Formats: sequence, C-alpha cells, structure tokens
Amino acid sequence: MWQLLYENLEQTVSVILFVIGFSILLLQRNLIRKIIGLNIMDTSVYLFLASMGYIQGRKAPIVTDGVLEVTAYINPVPTGLVLTGIVVSVSFTAIMLALTIRLYRRYHTLDIDEIALLARGEDA
Amino acid sequence: MSLVHNFPFISILLCMSAGIFTSVFKPRVARMVTFLVTGTVLVLSAMALSLTMSLDDSYPYIMGHFPAPWGNEIRIGRLEALMATGFSAVLLVSLIPGFERMPCFVSEKKSNLYCIMVDLALAAVLVLIYTNDLFTVYVFIEIMTIASCALVAVRQNGHTLVAITRYMIMHLFGSGLLLLGISMLYGITGHLLMVPLSEAVRQIVDSGQYLGPLTVVIALITAALAIKSAMFPFHVWAPDTYAFAPPLSSAILSGIISKAYIFVMVKFFYRVIGMDIIISQQISPFLFVCGVAGMIIGSVIAISQRDIRRMIAYSSVAQIGYIYMGLGMGSAAGTEAAMFQMLAHAAVKSLLFLATYELINVSGDRKRFRYLHGAGYRNIPAGIVFTVAAMSMVGIPFTGGFIVKLNLAIAGMAFGGWMRALVLVALAVSTLLNGIYFLHTVVSIYRKPAQDMVYPPSEKMSPSAAGALFVSMLYILYLGIGSEPIMRLIETGLKTFS
Repeated sequence: MWQLLYENLEQTVSVILFVIGFSILLLQRNLIRKIIGLNIMDTSVYLFLASMGYIQGRKAPIVTDGVLEVTAYINPVPTGLVLTGIVVSVSFTAIMLALTIRLYRRYHTLDIDEIALLARGEDA
Repeated sequence: MSLVHNFPFISILLCMSAGIFTSVFKPRVARMVTFLVTGTVLVLSAMALSLTMSLDDSYPYIMGHFPAPWGNEIRIGRLEALMATGFSAVLLVSLIPGFERMPCFVSEKKSNLYCIMVDLALAAVLVLIYTNDLFTVYVFIEIMTIASCALVAVRQNGHTLVAITRYMIMHLFGSGLLLLGISMLYGITGHLLMVPLSEAVRQIVDSGQYLGPLTVVIALITAALAIKSAMFPFHVWAPDTYAFAPPLSSAILSGIISKAYIFVMVKFFYRVIGMDIIISQQISPFLFVCGVAGMIIGSVIAISQRDIRRMIAYSSVAQIGYIYMGLGMGSAAGTEAAMFQMLAHAAVKSLLFLATYELINVSGDRKRFRYLHGAGYRNIPAGIVFTVAAMSMVGIPFTGGFIVKLNLAIAGMAFGGWMRALVLVALAVSTLLNGIYFLHTVVSIYRKPAQDMVYPPSEKMSPSAAGALFVSMLYILYLGIGSEPIMRLIETGLKTFS
C-alpha cells in the first residue's frame, strides 16, 4: 500500500492537495480563503495531469534542434490540457473576486454566513 | 456530404460569433440579433433533425484536419438534433417575454452584455449536446457556468449576489471533480474522444486491470454532473438562484442549462462507459434512489414555501428527480422516459417562471401567495398559461407531464419486486404532492383579493409576449397529445446514441 503510494508520489500528493483545496472551498466562511482553496484544488489537478504526461528523461515537445523522433519528447496532450485548465481557473478566480468585491462593498464583511444573514435582514 | 450535414456545426459557430459581435451592437440591435440567432439555430436544428431521421445511424463531423483518435469531433444523431431543436425552441419563445421585462433588472446600457451571455449559454448547450470529446465537455461546461453566473448576477440585489456566490462555490467544486475525473480517465485510457475511449474502457473491464480507478472516475464524473444539475442531495444552491434571478435567467437556467448537464451524463453513461458497467458499478441504483428522494422531498419543501418563486424552484428539484429516477432504472425505457421529461420540463419550467413573473408584476411586485389573489384576473393570458403549466406539472392528461408519468410508470412496470413498487408509489405520492401545491397556487391566483388590498397599476404585457407564452403553452399540450412520434424518435435515437 505505502509502496504503491510512494511510487505514484505526484498523484498521491495531488489528490491530497485536491482534498485540502475543496475542503477549504466548501468549509471556510471567508470568501477570499474560499478562492484560495479553489486555486489549490485546480492546481492540484494540473499537477496530476502534468505528472501523468511526463516521461523520465525526455524533453518538452518543442522542436528547436531538429530532432523529430517521437521518443525524444514527452506527451504534449496533458500539457495542453493544463494550459486550457489554467485559462479556465484564472477566469473563474476573476469572477469570484469580482463577486467578492461587490459583496464587500455592500455588506463590509467577507464572511458568507454573515452576508447571508444581512441579506435576509434587508427584506424585513 | 450535403450542406445540411454542416448545420449543427454552423449553429454552434453562429451562437459563438453572435456572442462576440453583440458586445459592440446597440442594446436594441443586440436583442434583435440574439433573437434572430436563436431562431436560426432552431431552423438549422430542425433541418438537421429531419436529415438524421432519414439516416440510419448518427454521423461524426470532424473539426479540423485530424481524424479520430487525435482530433476533435462532434457527432450528430436523432437524439442530439431533437434536444437541440427542443431547447432552442424553448429559448426562442422565452426570449420575447423575457426581453420585455429586462429593463426591470438590467440597465438599458448593459443589456447587450446580457445578450452575449444568452448567446454563449446557447452555444455551450449546443456543444454539450453534440460534442464527442470529453475535454470539450469540460471547457464548455465551464463556459456555461460563467454565462449562467453572469445571467443571474446582472440583478444588483443582495439576495441574488449571495445566491450566485453559493451557486458558484458548488459549481466550482463540481468542475474540480469533473476535471479530476477526466484527467484520471485520460490517465488510464490515453484518449479523450468518446469512441476510442469506450473501446479502451471495454479493454480495462475485460482485463480487470485499473478497475478500481475506473470506478473512481465514474463516481467523480457522475457526482460532478449531479451537483451541477441539482440532483436531490446536492440541490442546495438551486432554489435561491432560480428564485432571485431575473425571470428570463431563471427560465434559461432551470429549463435548459440544467438539462444540458444531464444530457452530458447520459452521453457519458451510454457512449463512454456503457450502461451495463454503470449498472454493475451500482451507480444507477444510487441515481434511482436520489431521484425518488428528490421527487418526494423537493415537493414537500415546495409545499412549505410562502414565496411563489421559491416554490417553483423547489418543484424544479422534484422534477429533476423524475429524470434521475428514469435514468437510474438502467433500462432503455427508463432513459427514454427521462429524455422526454427533459424536453417537457424545459418547456413547462421556463413557461412557469415567465408567467409567474407576470403574475407577480400585476400584484405590486409582491411574491407571497396572499398578495397574488386575483392575479389571474388582472393578467388573463398569464393566468391561463400558468394554469396549463401547473396542470402539466401535476400530470393531468393531455399535457406533457402526464406522458412523462405514464412512460415512467410503464418503464417501472418492466421491473419486479421493490423497484416496481417504489416507482409506482413514488409517482403516486409525488403526483399528490404536486397537486397540493400547484392546484393551491392556481386556486389562489383566481381567488378574490382582500377588500383592503390595493394594487398599483403595472405595465401591461405586450401582445407579442402573450403570444409567445401561448405558443409555449400549445407546445406543452402538443407534448401531451402528439407524444407518439417524439417518443419513437427518442427510442430510435437512443439505439444509435452509443
């Protein structure tokens, strides 16, 4: 068991990071901490993807010295997926920060539960 | 390859380019363009549907120059074309009353930005319906999430902001699960296109190697899509978001967008993994139980609501439960019934949200039931369409909702023992509960208002908006009377789906 986890160290670490990330995202009440948790969660998946595509001793798939053999390079697909994923998570971080700013200007707090209480109080 | 073969791709491209160009148009033009684009998508999808009906099998459409297993492709079959036609039709009729009430929620200067989000949401829905590539699914689910966030957050109201923040947190969690699931699936199979992927999955199952990770992958992706489509225990984000969004946004979100996630799930089950493996991994009984629980509990919570919009939002949770119950049966008949429910519920729910807003509007913008008394007389068209939509929700014959319940019951009869009993009991109880809250609402909008109640004069609904609501109502009645060809289409479409 431990041997297996150690052999797949990157995957193990990324799953642990994923769990940490989504726990922060779901359990923390502070919006900024939630956003940090979101980024930890997304980044852990990129570590997972990038480590899967990496092959020991090979180079990044960019032809600079005329070497065209497939065996010289790592798998480019996961790297491409990571790039796409980064774009997605950057835009989500931006949206969440924008929402946070809007909520903070309105309620002067970052605590989501407190904000919900204040919003309910607006009705009365 | 004829021109019509390209239409699904063209409709996607049209929506996305419209999304880009509407940002520079004047608001009036932008609304017009969005409306025209949706109409064109409807026509193109209907033509693609008639093409696929003449073909025996679905056909792949390669995007770019790389054939499978490398490139990206979409795949068009009857089921996909039917869903695209149904959803774009629902969106088209929702746009007219929705745009008319937009000034109450969005400032005129920003309404072209709202149109961008409508275009993007439609593009994402179309891509999710047609695509044959798992990573494209991820990317467009994210685009859809962004679009729906913006559709809701245009309303500058404390409740709406809190609701959308909660919505985003749950959806981002779902996206994370989905991305991890897709990454792991790529790790064990080495493919992202669905056809080679399903072959690789077969090999994994036959050889028995990596069976554990495969189970984890199925669980992750199912959980992600269940969270995003508001399946019962994960529905917490849904009621507030639907209730506090502008009416058009609620109609789009609960009517169309939540169905797109479920369609992706069906595609994942049938095309990528294979339904036999889903059943043997105990995923479908889980969905079945959640669906049944959602049907009952969603309705029970809906009864206890005093705000009419929240009641309708909770009934959405119950209706999504019907879809998951059908899907969870694991039989073709169950999935067909679920598909029909997707079409029917898209129409009924968007109509309900739009009609409810009109009823609220003639009651001085108050949402409690006691203020709504007599709203059916103050706005007669909205009252009529609300009544018909409510009847469909309850499942009265000659409406779409009746056919859904009938098909689910027929699908349930094929099983023996506790499953049959559970299906029938759940349908009966949930029909009863639906009857309680929807008929109560219908009665209360036709009741005489209290003597001392004053209703401020409100803006009249235009004839075109009333006409659009009536068209939607006729569609619901059509689903109830002429369901036979649609059911046959779904049945034959599902055979060529995998």
